[in-house]
Amino acid sequence: MAEEQKPAAPPPPKPPAAMAATAWEGPLPEKLKSRFGDGIRELLSYRDQNFLVAEPPAVIPILEFLKIEEEFEYLVDITAAHYPQRVKPFELIYVLYRFPPHNERIRVKTDLAEGEKPATATAVHPGANWLEREVFDMFGIAFEGHPDMKRILLPEEWQGHPLRKEYGIIQQDQRWVQENLHIDSGQ
Amino acid sequence: MPAATFLDTSELVLNMGPQHPSTHGVLRVVLKLDGEKVTGCECVIGYLHRGVEKIAENRTYVQFAPYVDRMDYVAAVSNGLGYCLAVEKLQGVEAPPRAQAVRVILTELNRISSHLLWLGTHALDIGAITPVFYCFREREEALKIFEKYCGARLTTHAFRIGGLQYETYDTLEKDCLAFCEMFPKKVDEYEELLTGNRIWIGRTRGVGILNAEDCKEFGVTGPLLRAAGVEWDLRKQQPYSGYEKYQFEIPTGANGDTFDRYVVRIQEMRQSTRIIRQAVESLPTGPIMAKVPKVLKPPVGECYVSIEAPKGELGYFIVSDNSTQPYRVRVRPPSFVNLQALDRMCRGSLVADVVAIIGTIDIVLGEVDR
Repeated sequence: MAEEQKPAAPPPPKPPAAMAATAWEGPLPEKLKSRFGDGIRELLSYRDQNFLVAEPPAVIPILEFLKIEEEFEYLVDITAAHYPQRVKPFELIYVLYRFPPHNERIRVKTDLAEGEKPATATAVHPGANWLEREVFDMFGIAFEGHPDMKRILLPEEWQGHPLRKEYGIIQQDQRWVQENLHIDSGQ
Repeated sequence: MPAATFLDTSELVLNMGPQHPSTHGVLRVVLKLDGEKVTGCECVIGYLHRGVEKIAENRTYVQFAPYVDRMDYVAAVSNGLGYCLAVEKLQGVEAPPRAQAVRVILTELNRISSHLLWLGTHALDIGAITPVFYCFREREEALKIFEKYCGARLTTHAFRIGGLQYETYDTLEKDCLAFCEMFPKKVDEYEELLTGNRIWIGRTRGVGILNAEDCKEFGVTGPLLRAAGVEWDLRKQQPYSGYEKYQFEIPTGANGDTFDRYVVRIQEMRQSTRIIRQAVESLPTGPIMAKVPKVLKPPVGECYVSIEAPKGELGYFIVSDNSTQPYRVRVRPPSFVNLQALDRMCRGSLVADVVAIIGTIDIVLGEVDR
């Protein structure tokens, strides 16, 4: 009798790969580090793009400092990403730019627990208004102190936040569709 | 006699859209009026929301590429270029020189065709009927070149991640040069119709002013920012796809009003013609695709790449988790961000000017709502 075929042992689960980011060095990160200390967790650079990871309460002071003292007066974008497996599942991303002669673009990131309310950036950058509303609409992250915290793209009565990972690709608010469109399903 | 009048008419709320021909799609604007004066307005958007960002998470990188054309469908080539550049950056590849030059040619042609559509409909909104026919006549020539190149006129999907799908057709250079020869004279014709026209000046000068501070406050980019006097164009500031090789100027305005934005876009079309001519004349030979793996799995990471689309800064923020599908794709749409300034631009103006102001922002609702 030939030796019993052993089922091949499953390969050990790979640790989740991390971004191969390097440290962000230069005068600006030095300044930020000395100014905000523990408020800034990391200063990193990936594919020649610089970003920092901050504690949630430090984000608005950082944006204010960057705008007033470092001329990052153009808020390009606010967006988020959902990582359900993390302890703090939401990542909030601000893209900032300063005009020439600096001509520089950086990102400010922070992470949020479910239900945690970040402070609004509208007092610093009025243009944050719609961008934060879109983040609320798609991820359900409500901003504290926002002048008009409601959905922007989806109908106001819609249930659910589509860009969360647990929201299925063909999922929809069945009840809303039936009540308002008078059809069984939008799919 | 009662103290208050029977009907209180101090404030009137007027719904404009979503089915209004001058809102360029399905934009609904709730106007608050005091007589003929606008005291405030609120945009209601989302009628065209298709969940593009959600779709992206459920498609592979390559599969998602045609979807981006459906956002700003009058400038599909720019959308495609932005997406390809973002994925290329994430993957760490660069398109070969010939592909880059062809990309520039098609993107600039697309800028012209987008501006032409804007000019025609903007003039039509204000009441000048003729320009729309003139503009569509030349736009057709640009669209014919797209059609000959890739078979599609609007949603072109002209580029691939890493370069181009198709080699240029035999007479592309000839067609483009003929276009560059013909087009500036046609722009003169538009200008003859509008630039010195008293009615046009009366309807546009001093209307919907947005100065440089306001623009920066709201993140407004593109021709609106340039018309406010800020010489800022991503093709110059953060060149991509070889734009640093070409000679062109950034037209700017001074007052940031509707007339200045018109002049800026007219000048931009002339500059685009210059770029096309240079790119065609120096078109390098060589491969059109970089070495891109068949199964695209960019390393874990994220990047934000933006380009100067006809409407402003179009950015893509992509997160990769080293799988075949993007973990997150965020599109930073210029129309959406620019539209936010509508309230500021409309306050204090007349109802009839709202139509001119919506037109001058140059929005495409497919991109606002995604």
